[in-house]
Amino acid sequence: MPSSRSTRRWEDLEVVARNGLLDRRAFFKGGAAFAAAITGYTLSDSAAAQQLPDAPWSAAAGSLLTPYGAPSQFENGVARTLSNPKGEPRTQHARTPHHLINGTFTPNGLHFIISHSGNPDIDPEKHRLVIHGLVRQPLVFTLDALMRYPMVSRMAFVECGGNGAPLFSKEPIDATVQALHGLVSCAEWTGVMLSTLLEETGIDPKAKWLIAEGADSLALSRSVPMTKALDDAMIALYQNGERLMPGNGYPMRLLLPGWEGNMNVKWLRRIKLVETPAMSYYEARTYAPILPSGKAYQFYFLQEVKSFITHPSPGLKLSGPGFYEISGLAYSANGRIAKVMVSADGGKSWTQAALQAPVLPKAFARFRVPWRWDGGPAVLQSRAWDEAGNVQPTRAQIVAARGETKTVPNVMGFPNQHYNGPTSWGIERSGEVKHVYA
Amino acid sequence: MCTRNEAPPHRGSASLLDCAAAEAAAPTPGLRGNRTHFSRASTAGAGVLIALVLGSSAAFAQGPNLGKPISPAEIAAWDISIMPDGSGLPPGSGTPAQGSSVYVAKCAMCHGASGRGGSAAALVGGSPLTTGIDTTKTIANFWPYATTLFDFTRRAMPWPKPRTLANDEVYALTAYILALNKLIGENDVMNADTLPKVRMPNREGFIVRFPERMP
Repeated sequence: MPSSRSTRRWEDLEVVARNGLLDRRAFFKGGAAFAAAITGYTLSDSAAAQQLPDAPWSAAAGSLLTPYGAPSQFENGVARTLSNPKGEPRTQHARTPHHLINGTFTPNGLHFIISHSGNPDIDPEKHRLVIHGLVRQPLVFTLDALMRYPMVSRMAFVECGGNGAPLFSKEPIDATVQALHGLVSCAEWTGVMLSTLLEETGIDPKAKWLIAEGADSLALSRSVPMTKALDDAMIALYQNGERLMPGNGYPMRLLLPGWEGNMNVKWLRRIKLVETPAMSYYEARTYAPILPSGKAYQFYFLQEVKSFITHPSPGLKLSGPGFYEISGLAYSANGRIAKVMVSADGGKSWTQAALQAPVLPKAFARFRVPWRWDGGPAVLQSRAWDEAGNVQPTRAQIVAARGETKTVPNVMGFPNQHYNGPTSWGIERSGEVKHVYA
Repeated sequence: MCTRNEAPPHRGSASLLDCAAAEAAAPTPGLRGNRTHFSRASTAGAGVLIALVLGSSAAFAQGPNLGKPISPAEIAAWDISIMPDGSGLPPGSGTPAQGSSVYVAKCAMCHGASGRGGSAAALVGGSPLTTGIDTTKTIANFWPYATTLFDFTRRAMPWPKPRTLANDEVYALTAYILALNKLIGENDVMNADTLPKVRMPNREGFIVRFPERMP
């Protein structure tokens, strides 16, 4: 009954942290009726109310079905941003619009891509995967052969080692979550465990590493410890149920759940077992972040525990005071997300966010917190913990250990790598959201 | 009957796990029992797998076995990995002077005259890494091994036509760039013996981030 709904209102909910953060269990306490009440919806009993019209699309039969679906024409703005749209002879990036999607996995057409020399157009019939080096018997596999092996499906995020690097800037760069954190995505990957194939080639005990190499024009190669190869490495063939997208490695890629994106070698054509790392270009040079001392980290491997708020975020203007859901993504190479805390006052007070079930290891966890915005300035921030006990460092801690740039870099550049500190969104009285440091 | 009892039981696959458990309970399943253990262990499984695959070829008989044996000769064109100790380096040699003419013809249009940079990165010079955490990484200020220069040039360059340089050309270009950076003498010859011995200035400039993750 409407009368019963009006007895409790969202304005009466207990604020559990400053600037209007509400208890994450608020919606579960009172059931659906209570939830309807706090979202501000009311039922009208007035007979004089204007009736809802029948829209044109309801008054005639609709359009033809298509063999392969595409989103509604009204979603055309939900797209990746391209760093090199003319394909100049350098790396191309396509960044995921995290502020325009929701849930825990990334649609294939929106999965981030970094292609260092474009996407090769591989004929799957002619593609081959060779495993050789310190093995008992070198073997070559066709795609048809791999398709007959026992397969595994798992959710896993893939993140570029440079994702979030603009936050090493000494000043906050005015940019969206897509520009700042669009080089991470999450998908359900299906394929053959690498250990299955290595069991057939055999492994010489001297093999401590493997070199994985792609069929792209750069023959991109990375060295991977055998311990990771035998733990959870997969030859991924499917992405969210369909075959890999060309930019994500079609027809096969190495998937190293939780590990630096560049190591998840796309268009995989060769695996060589060796005693020592190859010190390839991308491990010896590119993904080795410089420290303030002038030394550089090497073999970073892990994408450590991290989180960021996607809703609200820059580009999503608040339409006035009242109720909003704060939500975002958290993930860790070290297993499941255990806890996410959210602040609306720049980190002075915190409340624990609800985590969308199921929370899976090395995959996106979606966190949510109900929020009552009073129309005043606020600074939203999240901080994540993983099940191994690692906590996302504060920006101050990262800057103390890793330094920051002396000038403001290009937001599309990589002034450094492996930033996993928090991201802060400043809410202005106008409802605009801006990237700030707090 | 477990038709796939030689495949490692996969996480999340109840039927295969059940299958492996049945094998483990069989009267003479020593190897198979261990294999079940391997699949559930993570890093600790490596040793078990090695013992298995080298110890018993019969163990593969019932796996998918759909890979085709291939000889080193057949892999040779793809086997382009160069290791820091020089293993994998092909026969051939080159000097800075020889490299200079190859550079003008095939590299300068992107990397600029004398390696000073153009639409692609500069190949000579570089600021000290203490300049800042966003210092541009160069061959001279950052790369720990000269073998990486040969490897990347051979596998990826020139951009429009990768893997079209002759080995002598790659040695010559490597020599030219190292000489431009004063890392070798102007008359030094680079080959499979001399290149791995080039001492790069930043060889000791690295800290392994997670030592416990290293093999």
